[in-house]
Amino acid sequence: MDDLYRDYILEHYRRPHNFGVLEQPTATYEGANPLCGDRITMMLGIRDGVVAEVGFTGRGCAISQASASLLTDEIKGKPVDAVAKLTTQDLLDLLGIEISPARLKCALLSLDTLEHALAESGVAPARGAAS
Amino acid sequence: MAIATEQPGVGAPHGGTPLDPHAIRAEFPIFRTTVHGRPLIYLDSASTSQKPQAVLDAVNGYYREYNANVHRGIYEIGERATEAYEAVRASIARFINAPDVHEVVFTRNATEAINLVAYTWGRRTIGQSDAIVLTEMEHHANLVPWQLLVQEKDGDLEFIPITDEGRLRLDVYDVLLRLRPRLVAFTQVSNTLGTINPVREMVDRAHAAGALVLIDGAQAVPHVPVDVQALGADFYVFSGHKMLAPPGSGALWARRELLEAMPPFMAGGEMIREVHLRRSEWNAIPWKFEAGTPDAAAAIGFGAAAEYLMALGMDRVRAHEHDLIAYALDTLRAELPQLTLYGPPAAERGGVVSFNVPNVHPHDVAQILDRFGIAIRAGHHCTMPLHERLDLAATCRASFNVYSTRDDIDALVDGLREVVRIFGD
Repeated sequence: MDDLYRDYILEHYRRPHNFGVLEQPTATYEGANPLCGDRITMMLGIRDGVVAEVGFTGRGCAISQASASLLTDEIKGKPVDAVAKLTTQDLLDLLGIEISPARLKCALLSLDTLEHALAESGVAPARGAAS
Repeated sequence: MAIATEQPGVGAPHGGTPLDPHAIRAEFPIFRTTVHGRPLIYLDSASTSQKPQAVLDAVNGYYREYNANVHRGIYEIGERATEAYEAVRASIARFINAPDVHEVVFTRNATEAINLVAYTWGRRTIGQSDAIVLTEMEHHANLVPWQLLVQEKDGDLEFIPITDEGRLRLDVYDVLLRLRPRLVAFTQVSNTLGTINPVREMVDRAHAAGALVLIDGAQAVPHVPVDVQALGADFYVFSGHKMLAPPGSGALWARRELLEAMPPFMAGGEMIREVHLRRSEWNAIPWKFEAGTPDAAAAIGFGAAAEYLMALGMDRVRAHEHDLIAYALDTLRAELPQLTLYGPPAAERGGVVSFNVPNVHPHDVAQILDRFGIAIRAGHHCTMPLHERLDLAATCRASFNVYSTRDDIDALVDGLREVVRIFGD
């Protein structure tokens, strides 16, 4: 019955990838959804225009935390320019599940936080959400 | 009349013939709705209640038969609307045992009623360094208006802390009263923990210290018998929508001399007696506080809801809900021992069970329960400071009303088993 809580989503929630603190991040940003208490801190290590390292910490619902795990996998090793071009749809495709309007904020917290971290590094994200 | 020292609603209730929640449920059309192909199991009544046919008929009847502005039309339906609207005031006065029908001021909800008091009585009374005592368990509606007031007046807020079980620390309350606060404002029943506070005792101590008392009754009026005279309060506020009435209805009750001394809140039509270009004279209470065309339909539904609850008997409502809370706490503890439950024992609790499933965020719990047609609240329930005190980001909350049954709780238990199965260990 569960389209939302697929095994890989639960797996990313229980054992998130890239979970932890970077020793020398070039940008750090903490994002939150105050309404539900979801919280994500995104840390980037950008070297020579590439996201060489990425880590995150946080707590929240399965959707927000699995989304951060999948997103950090996706951007690791990618050129910053390409990462800045990620769209809402790209993130939803990464998640691969049907997200109801009420849960969209949970799903998008990781991307929002990433965009703020990029903006801190002087990179303007395509969605413009961090402005 | 109740004995003055008795605390309404606390302790094992004795309500006479038990309510038949299945018969009551049949009077609420929404329960014919299905959700994801299953019958609706509505466990979010502390957020807003469902409405019985009697309330729907009253609202519909107003629009279909005598829709007209109140207090204005010199014609048959206008007079009928005014009469129905003012009859609601009498129903509400009886519902809370107000001594004087003109002490009942209609508001949109409890929030507006608290703001009314803060902006009129508060702005005139609170000065520099004056203290207002609140509690750690207040809904934001009984916190933020006071924050704005003391920011403007350079006053102080003090808070009665809670114990880990969710009771107010009355020993600390006594210490705070030594600050000679002008006002003590607190909820009769916590919307998150369900705690029924010892109102009468707290009111007496406040009065002895020279403070007035405002009671937030939003979570009390649907669940326990309320007698404002026995409680001894100075201000009592509540919303209609949590007690089977439409949203947009609510009331402030206050003692006549307080209302008469208070300046108007909002200004415009209805609240005036005479208007000249440069000055006006105010209408008598309660109309002084009711500027503009009111939502007469909502008010008429409010009256129908109060009459419906009085016909059921609030003692029996309390007894029914006490049975449900006791059953819910026992069943959840026995069937799902891994859950964390918050709040005091059933005897001191009204209508609410808050809990967490270990390692599962409340939003995920609510989402999975929704697949079974079960509606619960997940989040901070407009009590962020209380959640901070308990060191929680969010909780799950199941809450009841007259139409709730033990079957609803059994369905909740089955749904929670599925949550545990999906999330595993």
